[in-house]
Amino acid sequence: MHTEPEAANLAPPLIGGGKMPSDVTRDVCGPLERRPTGMWWLAFAGAASLLAIGIAAVWYQVATGIGTWGLNRTVGWGFDITNFVFWVGIGHAGTLISAVLLLFRQKWRTSINRSAEAMTIFAVICAGLYPVIHMGRPWLAFWVFPYPNFRGPLWVNWRSALLWDVFAIGTYFTISLVFWYVGMIPDLATLRDRSRGLRRKITGLFSLGWNGSARTWSRYEMACVLLASLATPLVVSVHSVVSTDFATSVVPGWHTTVLPPYFVIGAVFSGFAMVLMLMLIARRVMSFEDYITSAHIGAMCKVLVFTGSIVGLAYATELFTAWYSGSEYEMFAFSNRLRGPMGWAYAVMVLCNVVAPQLLWSRRIRNSLGLVFLITVLVNIGMWFERFVIIAGSLQRDYLPSAWSDYVPTSVEFGALIGGFGLFFTLFLLFCRFLPMISMFEVKTVLTDGHERAASESDARERSVA
Amino acid sequence: MTRLAQVGLFEAEEHLLAAIAESRSRGLVVVDAYSPYPIHGIDELMGIRRSRLTLVCFFGGLLGLSLGLWFQYWSSATDWPLNVGGKPFDSLPAFMPVGFELTVLFGGLSTALALLVRSRLWPGKRGSTPPGVTDDRFALVIARSNTDLPSSELPELLRRHGALDVWREGDR
Repeated sequence: MHTEPEAANLAPPLIGGGKMPSDVTRDVCGPLERRPTGMWWLAFAGAASLLAIGIAAVWYQVATGIGTWGLNRTVGWGFDITNFVFWVGIGHAGTLISAVLLLFRQKWRTSINRSAEAMTIFAVICAGLYPVIHMGRPWLAFWVFPYPNFRGPLWVNWRSALLWDVFAIGTYFTISLVFWYVGMIPDLATLRDRSRGLRRKITGLFSLGWNGSARTWSRYEMACVLLASLATPLVVSVHSVVSTDFATSVVPGWHTTVLPPYFVIGAVFSGFAMVLMLMLIARRVMSFEDYITSAHIGAMCKVLVFTGSIVGLAYATELFTAWYSGSEYEMFAFSNRLRGPMGWAYAVMVLCNVVAPQLLWSRRIRNSLGLVFLITVLVNIGMWFERFVIIAGSLQRDYLPSAWSDYVPTSVEFGALIGGFGLFFTLFLLFCRFLPMISMFEVKTVLTDGHERAASESDARERSVA
Repeated sequence: MTRLAQVGLFEAEEHLLAAIAESRSRGLVVVDAYSPYPIHGIDELMGIRRSRLTLVCFFGGLLGLSLGLWFQYWSSATDWPLNVGGKPFDSLPAFMPVGFELTVLFGGLSTALALLVRSRLWPGKRGSTPPGVTDDRFALVIARSNTDLPSSELPELLRRHGALDVWREGDR
């Protein structure tokens, strides 16, 4: 059936190892049905310890007050909002991979979309916690919602970008969760049909009686395309709205129209770096080398070079606009960003976000997993610093020199930062343990080799019987 | 699956498609087909109409947008007009972000809900799933009534297309 020259013209298979559909089921479900490995326990213990540090820090801060942070009258937003913007950004790549690449019919996404979507949800959970902690009295967090109350009712201020955030993040979390869950129903049914006892009961409850009927598949695919079409503008809107928290203010360095696209592309960039980092770990720990191949890593590296270059362009645009505006305050804000007390942070940001990813132009570096991993870590550090430079750096020096102040984060703030990573990795590790990390049904659709082999093998068997 | 049906279990998507094509060309009623993943082109072959979820999504989104804009207008211009920075009470441009988010929220939730309702999927549902179709098998269910073909020929037809196993619904 397959002749050599014909095969040579085709792109290399997306999934290695000549897998058949039943191999996919076994490879993905297998780790969930075995006891966790020592490596998993080690990682989980590490992540849970980080989370414990965060819980202790936040507990102390809530019990004592926001004064435990290094914030002051001038710098009202520091680590807290930096972490918020950072984590929202991390989430964006998940939606991009699952929704935008679905609409563009990029088949390589099938191996990584499930874990990227999970990452989105966990990152948005981390992001959402910081503004709530920042409120100081988190038990009054419901005040941000427009609910009928006995104060009039006094409604929320719909003209505030902070309120837009509530709706943007709320919708983003809900739609991402729905998209992730709907995308997992067929795989939960696969788990259900393989298991017994309590696991069968739980997966049976959540797989909603899925039976793989062609009529259901038809509607299901339509629903997925619709959800993807909704999620695509949503992801652009979410970080645009987050950027309006800054852009609609009058602080020099914040008050720019470039901020929405600047934030969105930065989000995609940092998110892709995080996905790539997690995939490099996961393929090793879970032995998914056949599913997350060097082709996948190469494709993600190319996205990183591309988005990293746009981020560089955004930095250049912002400097040019400050100079071209002729505004004394704008020019000062940016010269302060480069040469002020936080000039070192700006340097870290440019080195990590603009310079480091350029190394990925080289195929040799793209093929060296250690270096790729290092670059993804650098990008994550750089993107955290980008938000820190914009937020705390701009606030430190505003219009009135008499109001200038410096910002020194306290150990409590570092604790909250560490806790965010702890929460994220704890949730991700639990996901790896209990849910199918790779979308089995989608991977089965891209196993062209396997189908043809199954067909030709059974044809041959029939012929031999005849 | 209805009673009085003939089920065939296949191991390749091509065999299933060929069996569907022949069944339909001989005037048999294909009740349903089951597969571990969505099969490209099976809709046309089985005569499944294009899903109308797009309409649900559109009207759900429209409802979200209208409710969102109306509520923002009502709460800030009618119920308790409050002067915020001298901005107009009815600040339509400032209402658009929340309006957009609610469009997406309502559109997405109504689509997902419609999918579950229309496909009769609910938590804890116990359905009959042909063996292996969530792993690597494909099943075809053909109605045994409304056919001129003697029902004894149905298993023969399925086996000719490579069915591994053939049974009548109700036999097991």
